[in-house]
Amino acid sequence: MTQTASRRDALASVHPARARSARDPLRRWRMAGFALPFAVLAMIELAVRADWLPAHLVPAPSEILETLARMGAARVARHVGASTLRVFAGFGAGAGLAVVVGAAMGLSRRIDALFEPSFQALRAIPSLAWVPVLLLWLGIDEAPKITLIAIGAFFPVHLAVVAGIRGVDRKLVELGAVYRLGSFALFRRILLPAALPQIVTGLRTGLSLAWMFMVAAELIAATRGLGYLLSDGRETGRPDLVFAAILLLALLGKLTDGAMRRIETRLLSWRDAFDAVAEPVHREAS
Amino acid sequence: MNAASACLLDARVLRKRYGERVVLADVALQVRRGEIVCLVGPSGCGKSTLLRIVAGLDRDYRGAVTLDGAALDGPSARIGVIFQEPRLLPWLSVADNVGFAAGRRGGRDPRTAQLIAEVGLAAFAGALPAALSGGMAQRAAIARGLFGEPELLLLDEPFSAVDAMTRMHLQALLLDVVARHGTSAIVVTHDLDEALYLGDRVLMLAADPGRIDGEIVVDVPRPRDRRDPELARLRARLIDAFHRFWEESGVAAQR
Repeated sequence: MTQTASRRDALASVHPARARSARDPLRRWRMAGFALPFAVLAMIELAVRADWLPAHLVPAPSEILETLARMGAARVARHVGASTLRVFAGFGAGAGLAVVVGAAMGLSRRIDALFEPSFQALRAIPSLAWVPVLLLWLGIDEAPKITLIAIGAFFPVHLAVVAGIRGVDRKLVELGAVYRLGSFALFRRILLPAALPQIVTGLRTGLSLAWMFMVAAELIAATRGLGYLLSDGRETGRPDLVFAAILLLALLGKLTDGAMRRIETRLLSWRDAFDAVAEPVHREAS
Repeated sequence: MNAASACLLDARVLRKRYGERVVLADVALQVRRGEIVCLVGPSGCGKSTLLRIVAGLDRDYRGAVTLDGAALDGPSARIGVIFQEPRLLPWLSVADNVGFAAGRRGGRDPRTAQLIAEVGLAAFAGALPAALSGGMAQRAAIARGLFGEPELLLLDEPFSAVDAMTRMHLQALLLDVVARHGTSAIVVTHDLDEALYLGDRVLMLAADPGRIDGEIVVDVPRPRDRRDPELARLRARLIDAFHRFWEESGVAAQR
């Protein structure tokens, strides 16, 4: 979608999303929402220091930060980096495959009829059930972890792509017929852009599931990563380590989801304009 | 219409059915070059179906459609289609929508800019469809329909979703651009005034099964005055014809 940039220039004065954000009526609430987790952490800090909460179960936030500081930037970065790389690799593989398979199933009723029952069954398998199989087949190196994450990311993306393509307005498909688009051109010029909102939502769900599956993968057999940090903290009786890992997970999940959202706004700027001003324009009279 | 203008479109639908129901039976529709033919009729008379057949969107019928003597099987670049709703792609700018037929770079095609100017949307070439009013969006759809100079334009109740003032404006605009490009047109409508204002001929369709049941030649030069008494006289004839349909179908229903 390279046209978006030039289009925005032409529309600069009337772009409704911009006009809306200038006078955001929820601005205060958004700022409060951003401050809320910090307030909660501050309250926990107070409660632990005042001995209302047992420090061996709930470490004070300052103690968690201290633990992280004592580990040193290099060690923290090593764990974070290992987990992030696994998530990206697994998510990339799973989501990429899901887009291809989902597009095929969305475009062809026959392929859909052939594969849908199998995918339904596979989807029903809990993530942890895959762990022994993957360990058996792929050993304890990176391969089983990345595969598990890919499995986690695959299904939400796959579902979203199939549903997105299926849900495209038949009238737009008919327009493609009027312009004699072949199946690939129809996919690229009409089905894909029309299904994109749903696909992007699927990608976001897939990414958050990739983080979940990453923890599951690292809890089993790892020497690095946030999942390893979690199990290490549990085994050595160090809640500060466990909470440090949890804090980092929350932070990373929020960061990557924020990045996805930014991509979403970029890709789907036309939809914002659509929501904001002119829904009735596209409604049929009858 | 002068005598030399040859037959551009010849559509013969012997039979078109949806399941058991016969929607069209023995329909013969001819359109000459540069001619505007309006189809009017009660809902369910198959006028939109006939248009879809001519557009090549419906191939499940007995009969044949020829354009300039060549058989049509499927949508053709020589036929432009304008739907009841603008049907613009919401993620493309007005220019990219108008030039859609020319592919990805259609928005930058000089023909696109020309057509957008003709329908008076030059200031909105870069806008997204959501920023347009209903009438403006339909103007963009007209420009898109004319892209690539089709010989025949098909319009399916094109102005039924806009208010009366906008409708009159769009009708005049349509006549203007169609005359400029020398395009023939078939307009399906349920608005008798629209049919008489736009059409060189008005064909009346009757239902059950859908068939052509009368023709009115509108021999009023353009630009037409909507208050022209001749138009009012033709309108009365159309209404009489529809009353006859209703009586016939009423009798049929009682039996």
